[in-house]
Amino acid sequence: MIPFFIFIICAALAVAGAIALIWAREPIHSALALILVMVALAVLYLLLGAPFITAVQIIVYAGAIMVLFVFVIMVLNFGLEERTNFSKLAIPGAILGLALMAEIAHWLWHASIGRALANGPAAQVAEASTRDLSEMLFSKYLFPFEATSILILIAVLGAWVLARKES
Amino acid sequence: MEFIYQHPVLVAAIIKIAVLLFIVMTALAYLTWLERKAIAHIQSRWGPYNVGAHGLLQPLADGIKFLFKEDVTPPAADKVAYILAPFLALALGLSAIALIPFGPPDKLFPNGQQIYSVVDLNIGILMLFAITSLGVYGVALAGWSSNSKYPLLGGLRSSAQMISYEVSLTISVVGVILLAGTFNFNELIAKQSGWFWHWNVLSIQHGGVPQIIGFLCYLTAAIAETNRVPFDLPEAETELVAGFHTEYSSFKFAMFFMAEYANMITVSCLATILFLGGWLSPFPDTGIWHYQNFLPGAGLLLLAAYCGINTITEMRGIARLQMAVVTMLAGGGGLICLYPPIAAGIQGPFWFTTKILAILFFYIWMRATLPRFRYDQLMSFGWKLLLPVSLANLVLTALAIILWPVVTHA
Repeated sequence: MIPFFIFIICAALAVAGAIALIWAREPIHSALALILVMVALAVLYLLLGAPFITAVQIIVYAGAIMVLFVFVIMVLNFGLEERTNFSKLAIPGAILGLALMAEIAHWLWHASIGRALANGPAAQVAEASTRDLSEMLFSKYLFPFEATSILILIAVLGAWVLARKES
Repeated sequence: MEFIYQHPVLVAAIIKIAVLLFIVMTALAYLTWLERKAIAHIQSRWGPYNVGAHGLLQPLADGIKFLFKEDVTPPAADKVAYILAPFLALALGLSAIALIPFGPPDKLFPNGQQIYSVVDLNIGILMLFAITSLGVYGVALAGWSSNSKYPLLGGLRSSAQMISYEVSLTISVVGVILLAGTFNFNELIAKQSGWFWHWNVLSIQHGGVPQIIGFLCYLTAAIAETNRVPFDLPEAETELVAGFHTEYSSFKFAMFFMAEYANMITVSCLATILFLGGWLSPFPDTGIWHYQNFLPGAGLLLLAAYCGINTITEMRGIARLQMAVVTMLAGGGGLICLYPPIAAGIQGPFWFTTKILAILFFYIWMRATLPRFRYDQLMSFGWKLLLPVSLANLVLTALAIILWPVVTHA
């Protein structure tokens, strides 16, 4: 029963954060709302039996990437976000989004995965240990893992080239 | 009543959180007293002396003062972030401490709860880093939301500093995790049992190298993470008035203050667990060393003796009465701690607290001794020295684990 309540609270927080992210006119408020979404998602991962992913989600997204976002917003010190004519596109966008959401909800409800979710899978999920995860990562998924690290290395080099002073 | 029987885990957790919160809050208050006293004595001053004997009631007076001061919110401040920032800082600082095991994982009842830790997570250390990595928001938001130049500069500096040093802090710890092969605090500690040279800072036990380099890197990075001298650039008073909390007053300021001390306690706990054997005694519990169980009681009795002599020879008036109460508390506590079952039971927390206090004293000592870094020195020190050294330590440890045969002490 308690995991269910936690799920409802965190899901509501995640949705509220996502809405606040779009609605807020102050860039820092948007960033804060995004952090709320990240942390709420992390708790949902925990409920799904993935504690390692939870910690990594918070450390990487909320603790590192979003700190950089906030830092950049603070350095540039933007004013309030401006609403232009183009912003009015948000209204048809919202309608389309709601329609898409309704459709996904409909298909989830009728698919087997939806029924499994409704029956509360959280109790049946065994907690995946970090050891299992790393064994998978370094055997079965070794190639994508190494490819990702090369991608990150290229990004680091790119940042270095951009930040380097012309001499 | 029904609820209590149905959810014993939840109720036990709430009770432990309440007790821990009380202890930590008291410790925070008296840490400020200890810091003022220690710095004063290093600088040949007396420090707080008037409120209570030896200034022992000073933290209480400070707390009351903070509560009753006027709470000013700058009119140009961003209200939401301005109010959120101190709460975020303090909540994160305190919740990190909940993950720390303060003693061995003994249980009061079979199938019951561990006495000395609120939770015993398999990913304890990762969770701790997750919580502390969010700590930067309190400072950054406080600086930005005040809408004033000095706080903004302080907030920017602190964000940059905390991001930079967090990298070294995390990497300096990975060596220990490689040696132990676990993220669980109690398992990390249990691997270091035996004599004090089995602690990770000196040990060659698990086929690895002693983590002394990692330990020094960790201590340095931890000082920078908690914004303490010599890395207290975010609140450098000669340049930035008070940095990120310039515009804060009353209890909101006190919350930042408490968050800083809570963070100090957290990093000291982590250093103790990872490098200094956590709640383990420095000696094995065999033969003549069994008498170490009486150390806490003997220590308290010595303190009582000192306080007693002080009461008679130096204190006058109300201070004499207060000192007599302290003497009686210490003496009574010492006698209780000499009772063998209790003496054996508090060994874990006793050694843990002793080690934490040693590291905290080291912090205070640094503050009284070292001048502040310049900002560019701070950044080049973090990225060009600390990070390569902690990376080298990690590579060295990994190589040693592969190449060396496992050495086991007899």
